[in-house]
Amino acid sequence: MNASHDYQRVYVWQLPVRLFHQINALCITVLCVTGWLISHPPGFLNAGEASSGYWFGTNRFIHFAAGYVLLANFLVRIYWSFVGNKYSNWRNFLPLTMAQIRQCRDVLLVDILQVRSKPVHALGHNAVAYFTYAGTGLLTVFQIVSGFALYAPTSRAWFPRLFTWVTPLFGSEQNLRLFHYDAMWLFILFVVVHVYLVVYHDYVEGHGVLSSIIGGWKFMEKRTVAAPDATGISGLPARKAPAVPGTKTHPTRP
Amino acid sequence: MRPRRYFTRARPQKMPLELETLPKEETIYDQIIARGVSRREFLSFCAWMGACIGVQASGIAQVIQALETKKRIPVIWLHFQECTCCSESFLRSSHPIVADILLDKISLDYTETLMAASGHQAEQSLQDTMAKYKGEYLLCIEGSVPLAEDGVYCCIGGKTAKGIAEEVAEHAKAIIAWGNCACSGCVQAAKPNPTQAMPIKKIIAGKPIINVQGCPPIAEVMAGVLVHLLTFDTIPELDNLGRPKAFYSRRVHDTCYRRPNYDAGLFVESFDDENARKGYCLYKVGCKGPTTYNSCGTIRWNGGVSFPIQSGHPCIGCSESNFWDNGPFYQRLPSFPGFGIEATADTVGVAALGVAAAGVAAHAVMTNVRKRHEIGEQPGENAEKADAADAASRGNNPNS
Repeated sequence: MNASHDYQRVYVWQLPVRLFHQINALCITVLCVTGWLISHPPGFLNAGEASSGYWFGTNRFIHFAAGYVLLANFLVRIYWSFVGNKYSNWRNFLPLTMAQIRQCRDVLLVDILQVRSKPVHALGHNAVAYFTYAGTGLLTVFQIVSGFALYAPTSRAWFPRLFTWVTPLFGSEQNLRLFHYDAMWLFILFVVVHVYLVVYHDYVEGHGVLSSIIGGWKFMEKRTVAAPDATGISGLPARKAPAVPGTKTHPTRP
Repeated sequence: MRPRRYFTRARPQKMPLELETLPKEETIYDQIIARGVSRREFLSFCAWMGACIGVQASGIAQVIQALETKKRIPVIWLHFQECTCCSESFLRSSHPIVADILLDKISLDYTETLMAASGHQAEQSLQDTMAKYKGEYLLCIEGSVPLAEDGVYCCIGGKTAKGIAEEVAEHAKAIIAWGNCACSGCVQAAKPNPTQAMPIKKIIAGKPIINVQGCPPIAEVMAGVLVHLLTFDTIPELDNLGRPKAFYSRRVHDTCYRRPNYDAGLFVESFDDENARKGYCLYKVGCKGPTTYNSCGTIRWNGGVSFPIQSGHPCIGCSESNFWDNGPFYQRLPSFPGFGIEATADTVGVAALGVAAAGVAAHAVMTNVRKRHEIGEQPGENAEKADAADAASRGNNPNS
């Protein structure tokens, strides 16, 4: 074993990114559970008088409140994609360069189909993962827009009223409700695949990707960190990196 | 007993031949009083209608003054693809003046259902009214207009519904579309809509159209819209579907007397269970109240006697566009588009979840087999070995 095999700590996920992830995960969980209950309220036979309980109203309140938190959190993340480090930059999320497209192909061959064995060097996410997160971002936008459109008729606040134009696009509130509900299933499917793939990468590559979302550090081989295609924005040529603020690659916490 | 009186006394006035002899200068109030209604009854009607259309107490005088000073509005009432339930609903209005005010005082100059004239006489009276009150008459339309096969599915007097609607609408002051047929096509416009039934708003452009939704609309709502037109001489404030906000701005769900059960999570599970007897919320048996805008919860039906939910039946959302296509009446969410009728979003979702879980499990197995040499080794070794393996497989030098 020579020196190039040594690990190096790389600070990948800054605090706002990690906070975004935890809050987002919590919101999605709460929204899915409360949303499921709104759609399929459990039946309590012979449960007495209406004056004796308010759990369904409370459940809906939690759903609406979590929706606001999800939105605020999402906006912070968008802001951070312009001012954060290179791993959180918005450019990563769209595979527009040849390098990113090549990496997409490599990831499919190495990790999904497993017909090639040379690992893909990516300090942040790989290009496929970034693109997937762009998709979940779009899904989040749809849930926020459709959710506030459904919420608007019951609210006098100015913010939900901004979304009243959405419902006519879907024909009726009933249809919009169906789309809002179906999108929840996409989140559930995403969580299954997302959690599996993180465990997969941690298990196969040993870079500590699972713990990186807690502490922000990944453990990479020194030669990977030093490789020119790995020091720039994931999948982007290294020369583009300085254009992004705060992109100096520090082996230690900046 | 009042509606009965209408039939016995008002019908002769519908005779188009008598149209010329109607006292033109009399105000609506004069005519109401002449019909034996007391001033007290008249005032209570004005207060009641004012409350219905949403004017404040000080505005009631405006309603009274309008009815006292204004003359009749000429009305042409057309019937196309429909069941006439809107007219039926109106006739069953709880307040006698409602029937009187429209059918006598506002004066129906042409309506296929109630006019005594028939055939050429009827068509003549339509032409006469249009010529005489050009630009002044109010056009009320019940029913949708079919466009398929050049509109042959609905013809009156040899003309298609589309032709009639366009001709009469041209010089109308305003248009009221009564009921779901005229507002959004109702059952005949449900998929696959074989006659291409269209609501009035898609046939006529450039005229103010008031959509008075419902299948049928509540009689008091219909009367309220007319009183608003009479009183203020303006189109009432409309929502984004063209419905008067005074009656269609609140959800049935928010005005429902069973709402506390919803908030408490007390639901009817099936129509014959104990919860149904207790009057719990009908949300789980498909009530469309949460997505339906109407006054059923406040004005109610048949003089405030009841409304569907009060009678134990879920709201079917009849004042919403395409309510026949918005999923089964007794199911909360519509079926998943593009799948069979029984495929709800949950069926599809669980199937997709199963596929995802199976894919993940298969991939995990494959990983342990194909990547067994890499797992648990130093990552650097992996990379070097992999470099060599890939290079060997391509016949390249690993250092190049």
